[in-house]
Amino acid sequence: MKRPAGTVSRYTPGARANHWLNAIILILLALSGMALFHPALFFLTDLFGGGVWARILHPWMGVVLIFTFAGLFIRFCRYNIWNKTDTQWLNRIRDVLAARDENLPEVGRYNAGQKLVFWLMTIGIVALFLSGLVMWESQFGDVFSVEQKRIAAVVHATAAVVIIGVWIIHLYAAIWVKGSVRAMTRGTVTGGWAWKHHRKWLREEAAKGNK
Amino acid sequence: MATMQSLDIKRYSATTTASPSVRESVEVAKLIDVSRCIGCKACQAACLEWNDLREEVGINVGYYENPHDLTENSWTLMRYSEVEEPDGHLEWLIRKDGCMHCEDPGCLKACPAPGAIVQYSNGIVDFVSENCIGCGYCIKGCPFNIPRISQKDHKAYKCTLCSDRVAVGQAPACAKACPTQAISFGTKEDMTHWAEARIADLKERGYENAGLYDPQGVGGTHVMYVLKHADRPEIYANLPKEPKISGLVEAWKGWPKPFALAGLGLMALMGFMHYVTNGPNEVDDEDEEKGKRTLGQGDR
Repeated sequence: MKRPAGTVSRYTPGARANHWLNAIILILLALSGMALFHPALFFLTDLFGGGVWARILHPWMGVVLIFTFAGLFIRFCRYNIWNKTDTQWLNRIRDVLAARDENLPEVGRYNAGQKLVFWLMTIGIVALFLSGLVMWESQFGDVFSVEQKRIAAVVHATAAVVIIGVWIIHLYAAIWVKGSVRAMTRGTVTGGWAWKHHRKWLREEAAKGNK
Repeated sequence: MATMQSLDIKRYSATTTASPSVRESVEVAKLIDVSRCIGCKACQAACLEWNDLREEVGINVGYYENPHDLTENSWTLMRYSEVEEPDGHLEWLIRKDGCMHCEDPGCLKACPAPGAIVQYSNGIVDFVSENCIGCGYCIKGCPFNIPRISQKDHKAYKCTLCSDRVAVGQAPACAKACPTQAISFGTKEDMTHWAEARIADLKERGYENAGLYDPQGVGGTHVMYVLKHADRPEIYANLPKEPKISGLVEAWKGWPKPFALAGLGLMALMGFMHYVTNGPNEVDDEDEEKGKRTLGQGDR
């Protein structure tokens, strides 16, 4: 597919499809999970056909998520290795939030914030999946002890809160940093966006002839 | 308000506001005098019969419990313990197990479905099956390991203390059927007095540790035992000594939850505030120019 001049390819169609499938399932999981998280949110079960259906669907969606997320993990893991520049970047988080880019080190494909989102999502989703299996009464009700189920419930709720917090950061970053969303909707970003936010990556891509 | 005073509801699961509570009814209790029980299982049979339930025909594996555990059909179960005392004599202890109807019910605290578990103002804790979503949280909440989920309909079941009978002034079916009056039913106050007389009698007969099992860790219970060895309830088929709602369940269902929700709300608000105070992070023409130049260099 021909790209408009001055743009850089960031996500392949496969990566975009994988991301959005994961996003849809994660949002549905959050909604059905929040419904059982607190009485004030129980009304959300109506989105899934009532309380019983929310209880039935939620764990199965979790099973789907572990596959969609595994896809994302395999695709992006190698770009999310932590390095020294990431620590510098994170130490200047005030400059990041104030958009004083001149004080920040040159960033590769992902900045430290994005890497943290990646790893927290990974840890959180694995914790949710494993604790979810222990809580899954209709499938594993006889397998685990009551005490194990209690621990799982606490782990599940805690991990869910962390994940939703991370998701809020992820979503806000996409809204705040203009020009980011098109990377996941069209697959490309402008050269200017890459220059401003991921200069090191832009130089690497330019050297490879990605434009 | 419920139309019948005995069915006024004091607590609803997954409900954070107060229930109608201007009217308070008398608290009831079932008293199980273990020292009088002969282990005949009439209570088990009466429970199945009154509640119109059938238990599967089981197999004998060498002990008296039948069925082997509480099930979605068997809401009460005689548990038999053979205990050898230090002086060498054998005690055959029989305890009628089932829901204790806690004043502070862990099942109700854990339940996420509004109105699936209720506590009547007379103290009875009841599962309202049509509101049950089958998640099994009640199992995690219960300090006595009582609720069971049916594999047929995925609903939770347990003893209702015959709330339907109590509502019309009848004693629970098990109490009615007991041939030795080991099970009595009445107001909690009366049952406590009655227990005191029984305990005095047992003490006179040499059971100096006889006492009432009405554990305060769960706010007291509406099913109480008279135990010959109240100092060691665990010898009665693992009756917990100091039952209380697990700290894990308190953490899971207590203040951290609204706190976490408020935290998430605050995060979203901070994001919004950041946007309206700092404005969007936009790429300007100079960046675009430099980006274009960098990409152009790649050509060479």
